[in-house]
Order: sequence, then structure tokens, then C-alpha cells
Amino acid sequence: MMKFYDPFILPFVIGLYFIFAYLGIKFAVMLIRIGKPERKKIAKGIFSVKTLSAVKEVFLEALLHKRIFKVNPMLGYMHMSLAFGWFLLILFGKIGTLSYSRDFFNPIHYAIFFKYFEPRDPAFFYSKTYFLLMDSFLLFILSGLTLAIVKRFRTRIFGMKKTTRLRFFDRMALTSLWLIFPFRLLAESFTSGAFQSGHFLSGTLGSVFAGFLPVENLMYPAWWAYSLALGFFFVSLPFSRYMHIPTEMLLIFLRKWGLDTGTKMSGYAEAQVLSCSRCGICIDNCQLKTAGETQANPVYFIQALRNQQVNPALAMNCLQCGRCEEICPVKIDIRQLRLITRQHLTPDQSDYHYLPVEQPVKADVIFFGGCMTHLTPGIVAAMKKLVAESGEKVWFMDEQESVCCGRPQLLAGEAESAMRLIEHNRQLITGSGAKLLVTSCPICLTVFVREYNLGIEVLHHSQYLLRLTRSQKIRPKPALLKIAYHDPCELGRGNAIYEEPRQLINSSAILVKTKHEKQMSLCCGGSLGNLQLNADQQNLILDETLQSLTAANPDIIATSCPLCKKTFQKSSPVPVLDIAEIAAGTWQHYIQPASQNQEKANIHELAENQLMN
Amino acid sequence: MTNIKKIAVLGGGVAGMETSIQLNRLGYQVDLIEIEDKLGGHVRNWYKLFPDHKPADEFLEKLISNLSATDVQIKTSIQINAFLRKEKKLCLFDQACEFGVYDAVVVATGFDLFEAYRKEEYGFGIYKNVITSAGLETMFLGKTIKTSGGNVPKRVGLVHCVGSRDEKCGNLHCSKVCCITAVKQAITLRQMLPNTEVFCFYMDMRMFGPSYEELYREAQEKWAVRFIRGRISEAAQNADETILIKTEDTLTGRQLKMNVDLLVLMVGMLPSKGTTVIGKKTGLDFGMNRFLKVKDEHYHANETNQEGIFVAGSASAPMNISDTISHARAAATAVDHYLKTTDHERFSEKNNIRNLEKALHEK
Amino acid sequence: MATFGFSILKDRQIDYDNNDHRLFRFIEEQEPSIRLCIGCGGCTAGCTAAGFTGFNYRKLNYLLMRGETEHLQKGIQQCMLCGKCKLVCPRGVNTRNMIFALKRAFKTPLWEELQKKINV
Repeated sequence: MMKFYDPFILPFVIGLYFIFAYLGIKFAVMLIRIGKPERKKIAKGIFSVKTLSAVKEVFLEALLHKRIFKVNPMLGYMHMSLAFGWFLLILFGKIGTLSYSRDFFNPIHYAIFFKYFEPRDPAFFYSKTYFLLMDSFLLFILSGLTLAIVKRFRTRIFGMKKTTRLRFFDRMALTSLWLIFPFRLLAESFTSGAFQSGHFLSGTLGSVFAGFLPVENLMYPAWWAYSLALGFFFVSLPFSRYMHIPTEMLLIFLRKWGLDTGTKMSGYAEAQVLSCSRCGICIDNCQLKTAGETQANPVYFIQALRNQQVNPALAMNCLQCGRCEEICPVKIDIRQLRLITRQHLTPDQSDYHYLPVEQPVKADVIFFGGCMTHLTPGIVAAMKKLVAESGEKVWFMDEQESVCCGRPQLLAGEAESAMRLIEHNRQLITGSGAKLLVTSCPICLTVFVREYNLGIEVLHHSQYLLRLTRSQKIRPKPALLKIAYHDPCELGRGNAIYEEPRQLINSSAILVKTKHEKQMSLCCGGSLGNLQLNADQQNLILDETLQSLTAANPDIIATSCPLCKKTFQKSSPVPVLDIAEIAAGTWQHYIQPASQNQEKANIHELAENQLMN
Repeated sequence: MTNIKKIAVLGGGVAGMETSIQLNRLGYQVDLIEIEDKLGGHVRNWYKLFPDHKPADEFLEKLISNLSATDVQIKTSIQINAFLRKEKKLCLFDQACEFGVYDAVVVATGFDLFEAYRKEEYGFGIYKNVITSAGLETMFLGKTIKTSGGNVPKRVGLVHCVGSRDEKCGNLHCSKVCCITAVKQAITLRQMLPNTEVFCFYMDMRMFGPSYEELYREAQEKWAVRFIRGRISEAAQNADETILIKTEDTLTGRQLKMNVDLLVLMVGMLPSKGTTVIGKKTGLDFGMNRFLKVKDEHYHANETNQEGIFVAGSASAPMNISDTISHARAAATAVDHYLKTTDHERFSEKNNIRNLEKALHEK
Repeated sequence: MATFGFSILKDRQIDYDNNDHRLFRFIEEQEPSIRLCIGCGGCTAGCTAAGFTGFNYRKLNYLLMRGETEHLQKGIQQCMLCGKCKLVCPRGVNTRNMIFALKRAFKTPLWEELQKKINV
């Protein structure tokens, strides 16, 4: 070991051992905090094919950054060149030293500072190719680094309107990271210049530098600088956003083994928090930006979570629309993390002593409209018409008074209160003997599916109506209308129901394309998940979404959520209909409000004639 | 002949007709341009006017007979859809060709009623026994007030503030006339159907005009109209097609349920489609409530940001008929003053006002 | 006789001057839209919980604004949080956030202090 020693390697070596020790302890603690049932999943998954698929994903995501490539090729290249380029540099560096020294146990720093210890580029098996590759890798990294520096100052080139703000350790890590490779280039070039060695990059630059610089004297300080930059980077890494590099790999394995975020701040949740690279891709996709809110975007929320600075306003200021998760390259469960922080903000002591004793009605199918549907009676009227046509025996369970489904409480972090309401409704539902529960409210649908454990099928009314159409129990009424469909967040991203409403619309009208569709659809702004936005801010989101929906000049905006419908009615330039209303053909009054004027005129003439007679 | 200045009045409702009459009396040549095939606007669909229960027909006839005594050119079924300035003249275009060249234009394009289906929780268009205040006037005109089942309603509910003072419809403004319309309609209902109970559901009773408050008192005293202070949150239809409404009786602090045979929505006033289109085409400013913005609420209530373009009536704000008439006459005076003032005078007038303001300020 | 029926009794009138208005200001700061209430009762009209019990959001909001804090906690606990009130409110009051802000206030020392005052 002493064979390859020089004091300048100390910063690097100390940094490296520090980071290994830190990560060892940190990961161990995280795995302990994951909890027993989840650890069992690890034990089960570790020797299965899941591990192989995790390795593949680590390669694709942690090194190649495939998902970022999909969002923006330039941004993807930047991330890839740094991660994959550095990986190649380390891998080939090690292979080179092994091949040259034939000593399997040569120290790590020997590979890192190979040029210092072997300045004359010794010859070994395929050494020419090796040195050519090493210079290429460095160039590859430097190209990405140039992009990174440009991005810091001119984000728009990368299709991003905003990039993330930095903290102290991030600055330190970022600066050292930026310096590592230029210093390596300088150190290698100076050495090459002094020894007349090196290749297309280091060699050429070396001879250029040698022409006007005292390269022999600069060589040694440059190696010091390189080592210091590495050391600084390693020491600041755990406290900076670059902690995401090691943690993301761990996260990929844990996720592949089937771990779940759950409802508590577990080790797995912590791994997700640390895996956020603060790439900032979520910021542009988060409509809070539209509402003028710049503190609560996912990336800043996760940052605050990591630094234990989440306050109620931050926890509550999220639409729970899930657009961030769709685009997050690390696939962090951002919605659930936000909900976890909402727990225990309030004393969860609701008093529901008054819940009525109700008698279930025997039926084959239950229709549950939800609280919001009471404000959109058009949906219920259409459903009743269609149900009558189909001949199905349906109990409209909450037609008169109703008890809330429990989802709003869960969204607000009051799980105990929610369970009491859930229990009440569950008894009614199971008591009816129904085999199918249909709801027109995606918010209710989510909680029915996830929390109720009903043991019967639960469908959104779009799925139910499509089924009735396919079995020819109902026939959707034809309508010569151009329809823009809005995917409700809870239905689409929440329950992955995208196609059924579209197919239902297509069976009676013409569906037009909109700018943001399916996974990327916008939020109406009426979200129950957000407790913080005021009415004006919600309007800003609403306007953005309406603009996107009406770009193709549709006759109608269709949706399949009462909350979205009600929200759109606030300022939509065209009528807003539920898919059930389209299928039932109960929309005439929306389209021809003028017909009443005509009627009026007729009656007026009638009255005039009477007067004259 | 060439010295006679020519003015276009857009909109043949109350404001447009009255402005035309006054301008013609002042000696101008006036074109009264109406998009529909008949003059009269909304008043044509009304049965009686508040607060004196004057038949709307009678009022309209008076207006039309005054109009026919003038030589105002009436041009119906014309839609103005473009506008151009030629030096100091204003050119209006319909369809594709130039329609006329004018020295001044008065925008009297009025209001539209709020489309009640947008307030879906009240079930207009979904439930058969939910109608609008305009629909009730139609029933009055036909002298038959029946429910969907063909029966005389035993109980009628009138809902104030539908589409007005409601952030949820994007309308923050008060339409002013709905409260008094409700009181008037409640009285008419009680007169026509003495055995029918009538309830008004209000947020605030805004009795702003002369003898309005007296009419409100009369409705309580003489006609036993019931007033409940509470906003209706939603309506549902019962099996017999009666309507179940929910409100809070805020004065007792309890939730209140009630079945009514007929629910009447007092729809508010919005700037008409014509107002919006003309405003945009001619580059007029719009106010916070999307009505046309006037130069000064107090002293220049007919002038707009565009020179030579004036506004009369409810295109600038919700107004009742008497305010509309006053506003229309004021518009005629403003146009007259504008056309009689030379550029130089106008400039010095502006300066005078500025100096006056300055002097006041310094004081 | 100073106490001849003229002393202020809690059940009789709101003693505005002597009421503690800090809770209202604390909530108002977090949710300024509660000032916009015009007392139309739309929130309570459609309230899912009010259909079953005496829960009245509008009244609680007004009690808070008048510094009458005694019945707030018991009242607000009956809310089902469904958000219908927010969807109805013609003034755009963020009712749900007010409810949560109030609930969070029950965990603060200010609330404890107010409780002590009430119990004296």
C-alpha cells in the first residue's frame, strides 16, 4: 500500500472511507426502520428474479437516466454523461490498473490517480485502446458538465422553466463536483505535458500547456486540487442532494422487492426522500406554480421533509393530483409522503355520535353518488334514466341524506375519523347484499377500493355504463357533439381509469384531442386534497385547465367527476357534462338554452293575439 | 344636409330606443341598429314592471310611439361585427360590407340573463318544476301558472341571487333588480293564486329604489309573502315531481328542508353577448364584472375609453328601467356635447378639468 | 346595587369588549377568507353533518369572529370534512382550511389558556 502513497491522496482517501462508513450505517438504520412486515418482503424478494430486474433498472435509471431522457433528451444526456461517464471512468480505471499491475489488491486511489503514479503511460494489454477510452470518457463527462453549468444559468434550453434552489451543502457538493473533472483534466494534461505522454485529450492539451506554462511545477498542485475536490464532494454528499446517487439504487431494489410507502414515516419513506435528486422536473408539472405558489412544489416539499421543516401550510398545500409522480424520474410516491405529513397535525377526535341508524335496502347494485353529486343532480338524473333502461335493480344509497365516504378525512390526515364513517357505510353496503358498488365520484371510488375491503366489485360509473353498453342493456344516445374529455385526477392517475370514459363517449359522440391528456391531464383546481389555496389561486388553475380543454373548440367539456364538473361550471365557456348525461342524452337543456326564449316569444305572441281579440 | 351629424345606436332595447329618441330630438340623424328582428329587448318578455305593477306592454308602447314620432332609422336583424376608425369618423360593418359611417356610436347592447343551468345544484333543465324568473313572467303573460303536472302550485319558492353575488359562477356583482323583481313576482303570484303560499329565499334584501322598501313591506303586510333569510344550497326532485329544497334558516340557525311545487330562480344580469363582442371589437375597456367600463362613475358615466363611443343602459352595469332611461338621456347629452365641441375646446376643457383637480388637490 | 341585573352574563349577550379575540386573529391570519362571510348559510344548508345533528358551520364561524370560543371545539368535532360547504360558498371562503386551522389551534398553548378562562 505504501508503494502508491503521496500526501495529496489523503483528502480523497479520507472522503472515500467516510462516505463508505456513513452509507453503511445510514442504510442499516433505514433497513431497521422499515419495519418487520416490510423486511419480510425483502427476505422473500432478495433471491428472486426481482433482484435481477432491479439491477437492470439501476443500470437504466441510476446510470443511463432513461426517464429523464424521455422528458428532455438534453437533460437526460447531462445526467447520463455525469453518472454513466463517471461510472465508466471508475470501471475502466480499475480494469486498467488490474491489467497493468496484475495485483488484484491494489488500492483504490491507485486507479484514481493512475496517471500520477504512472506518468509515462506504461504499455500493457490493449493499453492504447484503454488510454483512448479513458480520455473519451473524461471528454464525455466534461460535455455533460458544460451542459450542467449552462443549465444553472439558462434553464429554458432544457425545457424547464425553473430549476431548483440550492442550500449550503448543496452548493459545496455542487462546486466540488463541478471542479472534480476539470481538475482531473488539468492534472492529467500537466503531467502529460511534463512527461510528453498522454493521448488525444490529455496529450494534446499537455503539449499546448507545456508551450507557455511551467507544467512541471503546476502538475503536483493540480493533483492536490483533484484529490481535494473529490474529498470535499464525498464529505458533503450525505448532507447534500447528491445523497440521491447511492440511495436511489437502494430504493430501486426495495421497490422491486415490493415495499410500500404505507401510512407512516418508515425507513422506506425515508429512502424515497433521500432519493430525490432535486432535478426539478416536477416543478414545471406542478400546477401550484400556475397558482403563484413557489414554496410548496414537490421538490421543495421533499427537501423540507428531509430537513424536518414541514409546516402545516406546506403539508396541506398540494392538489394531490399526482402529475409530479407521473414525471418523477425516481418515481417517488410524493402524494403519499405528503399525506403522511398531514397526520397528527390536528387532534383527530371527531364526534360522530349522531350517525343515523339506517336500514340497508336489498339490491343487486348500489349506486353511491357522494356528497358532491348532491350539487350535480344532472348526473343522478342521467344514471336513473340509464338504470331504468337497463332493467338492473339498483339502490341509490345516498339519494337523501348520506354519510361521507371517508376519503376527505384521509386526505386531511384524520384516519381514525375516516374509519368511523367507513364502518358506517360498509355495514350499509354489505347489508344490502349487493354484488356491485357503483360510484360516480372518483374520490369515493379511491377509498372504496383501497380502504373498505368490501369483498364485492367496485366500479366507477364509466366502467359500469360501458359494461351495460357492451351487454346491450343500454344504448348510448347519439349526439352530434364535439367533446373534449377531462380526466379527473382521482380517476385517471388515482385509479388508472382512462379508456372507459373515452370509449363510452365514443359510442355516442365525437371525442376531440386535448393538449394534456390521460397521465398528463391537468387538475380542475377544485381538488379536495388541497386545503391551502384560496379561491383566486384555484381560479388560476381552473383557467389554465379550461384553456387546454377548449383549445380545439369543443361543443362540450365532458368529465366523470362531480367535483371537476362543478368546478368547471364556474367559468367554462361551453357546457360541462358528465359522461352519464351524454350516454343518457339528457343534455339538450345545456346546449339550447335559447330554445326557452323561442318558447317565450311564441307565448308572447299568443298573449298578444288574445289581447287583440 | 352634410352638416347633420350621424349617430349609430347599437341595441334596440330600452336604452337604445330612448337614446335614439333624445338624439333625434336634439337634431341628429340616428340609425338604431338591433340584432333581433324586433325592438324592445328584454321588456318584451315581461308582464308587469316594479314597483307600480305597470304592464310592460304599456311602457313599451309609449316608448315605441315616441320613437315612431321621430325620424330615427330603425334597422333590425343587423349584426355589427367589425369596426374601423377613418380619421374622425367611425365605420361599422355588418357581415362583410360597410354598413355606415358615423360621427359617434352609442353602445346600448344591454344584458343577458344568467344561464340558470350553470347553477346545476338548483336543477334547472333537470327538474321540470324549476323555472327562472323570466319563465315565470312568461307564465304570467299566458295567465296560466301551472306545475309540470298541470296543477296550480300550492307553494312556490323564489330563490334570490342566482348567478349574482356568487363567486362560484364567477359573478361577484349584485344584479340589483332581482330582489325587487322577486317581491313584485311574489305579489303577482299571490294576486293570481290567492291560495298559494309564496316564499322568498334571500341573502340580503336590497331595496334600493324609490318605493321599493314600501313594496317589500306591502308584500309582507298585504300579501303575506314569507321571507326566509338563507341561501339554498341544493334542490332535489321528489317522486311526484315536487322540489325538495335545502337551506339554512339563518335567523333561527337551523337547517331547513321544504317541499315546493314550483321553484323560481331569480336569474341575475350579465353583460350580453353583443356587449362583449362590440366591446372587444371597438377596443372598449371592461370593468371587474365584465360590463363595459365607463370613464368615471360619477361624472362621465356614459363616456368610454374610446373617443366618440358612448355607452347607455345596462351594457355598463345592471340597471332597472328608470335608471336605464336616465342613463340613456345622459348618453344623448354627452354625445351632443361631444359633437358640438371642437377639438380645440375639448383640449382646453381637459386642461380646465386638470387645473381644477389640481386646485382642489392643493387645497 | 351594582349587580342589579346589569352584570354581563355569558348566556345573555356577547361581551365583545371582554371577549378574547386572539383565537380569531390567529385563525384569520392563516385563513383570511373567513372575513368574506356574509352569513348566507349556504354552507350549513348543504352540510352533510348538519342533516343529522345541530352542527352549524356558519354559526361557529361567527362565534369565532365574536370571540365566543366556548362551544367551538365540541362543535367543530362533528364536521365530516367532506368539503361541500366550500363548493357552495358564494364568497369563496376556504371553509375546510378554517376548520383545520381551528383544529390545529386546539393543540396550542393559546387554546389551553382560553379553556382555563372559560372554566373559571
